[in-house]
Amino acid sequence: MIQVAIDRAENDVLLIRLAGQWELRHGLASTDAVESELNQKRRPSRIAFDTRELGRWDTSILVFLAAVVDACRERGVMLDSAGLPAGLHNLLGLAEAVREPAGARKELRESGFLERIGEHSLGLIAAVEETLSFIGNMTVACVQLVRMRARYRASELSLLIQRCGVEALPIVTLISFLVGVILAFISAVQLRQFGAQLYVADLVGVAMTREMGALMSAILMAGRTGAAFAAELGTMKVTQELDAFTTAGFSIVEYLVLPRVLALVLMMPLLCLYADFVGVLGGAAIGVGMLDLSWTTYVQETARAVRLGDTAGGLFKSAVYGALIATAGCWRGLRAGSSASDVGRAATSAVVTSMIVVVAACGVFAFLFYELGL
Amino acid sequence: MKTHEMATAGGATPYISVRDLTMVYGSHVLMRDMTFSVNQGDVFVIMGASGSGKSTLLRHLIGLNEPAHGSIYYRAENFTSADSSQRERILRNVGILFQGGALWSAMTLSENVGLLLEEYTDLTPAQIRQVAALKLALVGLRGFEDYYPSEISGGMQKRAGLARAMALDPDILFFDEPSAGLDPISARRLDELILQLRDSLGITAVVVSHDLASIFAIGTNSIYLDVSSQAITASGPPAELLARTEDSTLRSFLTRGGNP
Repeated sequence: MIQVAIDRAENDVLLIRLAGQWELRHGLASTDAVESELNQKRRPSRIAFDTRELGRWDTSILVFLAAVVDACRERGVMLDSAGLPAGLHNLLGLAEAVREPAGARKELRESGFLERIGEHSLGLIAAVEETLSFIGNMTVACVQLVRMRARYRASELSLLIQRCGVEALPIVTLISFLVGVILAFISAVQLRQFGAQLYVADLVGVAMTREMGALMSAILMAGRTGAAFAAELGTMKVTQELDAFTTAGFSIVEYLVLPRVLALVLMMPLLCLYADFVGVLGGAAIGVGMLDLSWTTYVQETARAVRLGDTAGGLFKSAVYGALIATAGCWRGLRAGSSASDVGRAATSAVVTSMIVVVAACGVFAFLFYELGL
Repeated sequence: MKTHEMATAGGATPYISVRDLTMVYGSHVLMRDMTFSVNQGDVFVIMGASGSGKSTLLRHLIGLNEPAHGSIYYRAENFTSADSSQRERILRNVGILFQGGALWSAMTLSENVGLLLEEYTDLTPAQIRQVAALKLALVGLRGFEDYYPSEISGGMQKRAGLARAMALDPDILFFDEPSAGLDPISARRLDELILQLRDSLGITAVVVSHDLASIFAIGTNSIYLDVSSQAITASGPPAELLARTEDSTLRSFLTRGGNP
């Protein structure tokens, strides 16, 4: 065990005897006794050590000695480390060798209420500025795209198309089918009361093509692809890959963001169309399986109810959702901080932002379509 | 750091013995039938050209990669066939400094060093902070306890990584390219620190390096991994190797391509 004994044999010398096993698992020794001795009126002018009985030691003794050294320095007491083993003497020298650079220590203080408001406002202004400049860059990139002069790698675009198109099919299939089933099920329970089971087909068909197909695939893609874009670009920022692009003369927005937005804008309508189809299939499964409608009747009823305009409107909306999701994802990724947790945060806020803008856009579309009588 | 009554190196069981180790990367054989041992108190340098598998060998030694063939012993214990709890116990006495420092970015320097203490000792939070501050002072980072890794320079991150590697007073420290990314003066300070730790605490060091200045300054023993023959072609103290080697590849490596 740790043993510390203090001996004030000669009046002006404080002899500290260190003995026993000094190991971290036994805990740390307190320097209180030494400090109280140093605080006495007739304080010693010198501290010396006796380590003849010292057994094994590790960091724990260093912590003790470093505290003694600090206490001595504060009070101008001389420290005679000659009695320490050579290794310990060296290490203590090493720990004391580098003085703390002036102003290095971080001030950990609470900022005041007004200060926080001010900081937030300044942050907000900066964020708005950055957002505007990003939107500006996006516009320029889109113009370049239309003029067929945008610079991006075609191979990357096709890879992205595969990643956010084909590879998303399984999850889109599952969710759309279930949405179709749920819609049919709920409406069946209600419509049965009036003997109007047939209209389940109308309800599912119209709901899927007008709203649900686009909205469900958008929400899926926000979680699946928007987050992936944010994490990818965020990591590229952490590893300075973005800096490498910038210094090589590439526009980040044109080279990295544009193909991602393009890929999602191209793929979302296709996914939406597919979701519409699978959703209607899900409804049909309930219609045929539970309501005893025939496949033919169900399909005919759906075809009668769903207008081309409904489907086209849904597809248009999904393209817009795709643009919003990809932009939000990339934007959050580009604004990520420089640590691993910042990348995670960027992915999270990408999903949250995408969902918010998608739902907001959905509301705007509902209002517009209503006003336009579509 | 467990004991400072070291210096009894040699003679006794080597700290690490590697027997017939073959490393593969996918289906590609990197090195075959490597046999060597690291003695207590050694600063053991693993040398070799880029791509020779130095870092991969280090990953094998600390259990991050599994050998395709052969085994690694820590003292008398077979590390390769050990189960996970045995491995954990062996690795408790091992500290590793990764190439970029590999600090946990979501934690301050003090928390980086303190996490292991928190997990494996009974110290109070205040004591942990005290020990962490001392470890950081040892690597010259006094006063930087509350900084996050992203707020300090690469060299400082590396030193903080060393402070973390030393958190539990390990018997053996592994260094992956300690001087990579450091300026010559910082690199030399790190070398001196390694020697200090060995002299004061009897720490054994295994260093992967291709920095010649550092190899000659600190290496007490070494092996050379040769890419073309996929084997260890030389072993011994680096300075001695330079003096006696007949092998032109090794000579060229040790003289930066001069004196072929």
